[in-house]
Amino acid sequence: MATKPADAAHAHDAHHHEQNFFLKYFWSTDHKIIGLQYMWTGIAMAIIGGFFSYVFRMQLAFPGQPVPFFGRVDPGEYNALVTSHGTIMVFWVAMPLLIAAFGNYLIPLMCGCDDMVFPRINRLSYQIFLISAIVLIASFFVDGGAFGGAWTSYPPLSAKAEYSLTPLGSSMWLVAVALEFVAFLLGGINFITTAMNSRAPGMKWHDIPMAIWMIVIASILFMASVGPLIAGAIMLLFDQTLGTAFFDPAQGGDPILWQHLFWFFGHPEVYVVLLPALGFVAEVITVFARKKLFGYKIVLYTAIATGVLSFFVWAHHQFVAGIDPRMANVFTITTLLISIPIAELLFVYIATLYKGSIRFTTPMLWALSFIASFLIGGVTGIYLGASGADIYFHDTYFVVAHFHYTFYPIAIIGFYTAFTFWFPKMFGKMMDETLGKIHFWGTFIPFNFIFIPLFFTGLGGDHRRIWSYLSFPDSAGPELQGLRVVATVALIVMLVFQIPFLINVVKSLIAGKPAPDNPWEANTLEWTVPSPPGHGNFKEMPTVYRGPYEYSVPGREKDYWPQDAPN
Amino acid sequence: MSHPYLETVASYASQIDQVVLIITILVGFWFLLAEGIFFWLLWRYRKRDGESAGYVTGNEKHPKSFISACHYAVLICDVFIIVFAIKAWVHVKQHLPEPDETVRIVAQQWGWAFYHPGPDGKLDTADDIKLVNELRLRQGTVYNYELQSRDVLHSFSVPSFRLKHDAIPGRVVRGWFQPEKSGQFDIQCAEMCGIGHGIMPARLVIEPAEEYSAWMQSHAPVVQALN
Repeated sequence: MATKPADAAHAHDAHHHEQNFFLKYFWSTDHKIIGLQYMWTGIAMAIIGGFFSYVFRMQLAFPGQPVPFFGRVDPGEYNALVTSHGTIMVFWVAMPLLIAAFGNYLIPLMCGCDDMVFPRINRLSYQIFLISAIVLIASFFVDGGAFGGAWTSYPPLSAKAEYSLTPLGSSMWLVAVALEFVAFLLGGINFITTAMNSRAPGMKWHDIPMAIWMIVIASILFMASVGPLIAGAIMLLFDQTLGTAFFDPAQGGDPILWQHLFWFFGHPEVYVVLLPALGFVAEVITVFARKKLFGYKIVLYTAIATGVLSFFVWAHHQFVAGIDPRMANVFTITTLLISIPIAELLFVYIATLYKGSIRFTTPMLWALSFIASFLIGGVTGIYLGASGADIYFHDTYFVVAHFHYTFYPIAIIGFYTAFTFWFPKMFGKMMDETLGKIHFWGTFIPFNFIFIPLFFTGLGGDHRRIWSYLSFPDSAGPELQGLRVVATVALIVMLVFQIPFLINVVKSLIAGKPAPDNPWEANTLEWTVPSPPGHGNFKEMPTVYRGPYEYSVPGREKDYWPQDAPN
Repeated sequence: MSHPYLETVASYASQIDQVVLIITILVGFWFLLAEGIFFWLLWRYRKRDGESAGYVTGNEKHPKSFISACHYAVLICDVFIIVFAIKAWVHVKQHLPEPDETVRIVAQQWGWAFYHPGPDGKLDTADDIKLVNELRLRQGTVYNYELQSRDVLHSFSVPSFRLKHDAIPGRVVRGWFQPEKSGQFDIQCAEMCGIGHGIMPARLVIEPAEEYSAWMQSHAPVVQALN
């Protein structure tokens, strides 16, 4: 099955030639350039989203004081900031960085082909994504300002300008999100087709690196779940602009319908971004523990099981939504059951370290910190999936802390894992290990000091999306306020420690040590081509002889065994 | 179990705290176990001269049995949690006890209106007492509530009750509580409802029966004047 497209790629090779600057960067169909464009766009959006979090956390720690580099935060601005922070970090940071950037960059390289199956669809996907980002940013500068109705955008608040007071902002938010979904649908077609049909000869199902599998499963989940929400987004847009009443109870509509459409997508979305991060971590821990992945098939089938189960848990977001309480019993059971495959995945990753020879390089530190911190995100999810406890915890800072302990390891730690690991391949230079470790500890330690206090403010009754706690006598006391200040200070420390990272990137790009083809002595195919790989990737299309994780095989001289080495 | 930050005011609050405690014990055990083994492995199998990595596929019987044993143990813990969570849920949300009185809670952008039944104990009669941003309850009384919204989604949240319930325009959402302690507590809106969402506080005042009656008597002339 896999031979034919690879042969076709050989014939196509002759057409690859150098292009001028405009064609190369604005119209390129090369998967590596598109991947990097997704990455830089995602990083730029992360800087914006990170800045927003700085502004609203300052307001929470020092209510009413002017925030340096921003000024005083009024309640409308506060809502717009938290809404945009959530939207940006999920849709314009986690999605492009984890799936689009590394999906584009790695799938052809790790599968051993010269480009995506549909390179022009791939280009279109990025163009639409860029437009969606511009629409979202532009919404900050229109009359009424950006949408402030939370990233979940529940109607009737989001449906009527008289409620939201952001007549243009809420429509632009919806248009931006819908465009972003279209971009990822186009990208997903490519990811799935390329990995399924364009693999190097000899690469069987169980020889595919886990990073690729995870991106493929994530793309399938995304494509299967996003349809209802795109339909919902159009309906909501019609409610806003054409006066329809899909979600307006006064005219026979139902606001709860939106919640179902949103969370039917929204919960699988968690796994859409989680799985690629788990894939990157699998690559990194096997390389730096010099160990075979513990139970390749367990990981693969558990990931698929998680994906399937994730379609049956969405209403745990709606336990207290005022709908028939009996539904909570069903969704409590399905939600707690999903803890089993996730726990199993983490156990397997931990077991992979058993009998390893662990090297604590910067990418390895990131990968290990993913496991250590995602565990916290995982176990605290149990409180929220258990209906009885969720009555209290719902919409408190406990929820905020919980999902940041999942999304932060996924989007930020997962990204740094992949970025530091594949940087030599992407840019042909090694990164500085000292700066890398300063950045790691300066990010990981404050990260915990941001969100552990927030578990406790949530336990103390702090609700989300509250501009100032001064109006609530029970929450305004010094005990909870102290925790809020700790979280804010830790956030600022963490943001400051991103400077060594930026310095490291710039310094390594300009003056870094040249990277060999395979600096980490890894097995997968992307390490067999020059760093950085040229247009068309492989000089000679590779043939695959074995799985990706044959490290420390007994009786061999070297402790790695590349997938394309005949013996 | 006593809560570290909040008073336990509603009759069912301690049951919810108990679910939280059970979850904390069970997941705390797994969390510490997993992190403990994780860090031990990191230390034990750090790179050392003259020691190379082993070759373990994960299909060997012995190491695999560790994973499957954990797998079943997690399932058993899940069943425990599910049972306690659903028991609490059914008690708090699903089963409405016969009320002594019913109050109506109406949320709108950005404030609360509370309708108390007045001396006759019935809503929608002439002696109803309507208060803005203040809910007054009699200690020990079993209340049902009718939760409504005039515009967007809101959520009636009383941390000291451990209660939260969304108000939906066009629907009447029903629930119950029984305040067991007197005092004053926060009522918050827990669902994003627009610009004023963060500044939509209300106060819950719970009084013993005599004081509550005295308040109701003192309020009677106001009601009369309004009629």
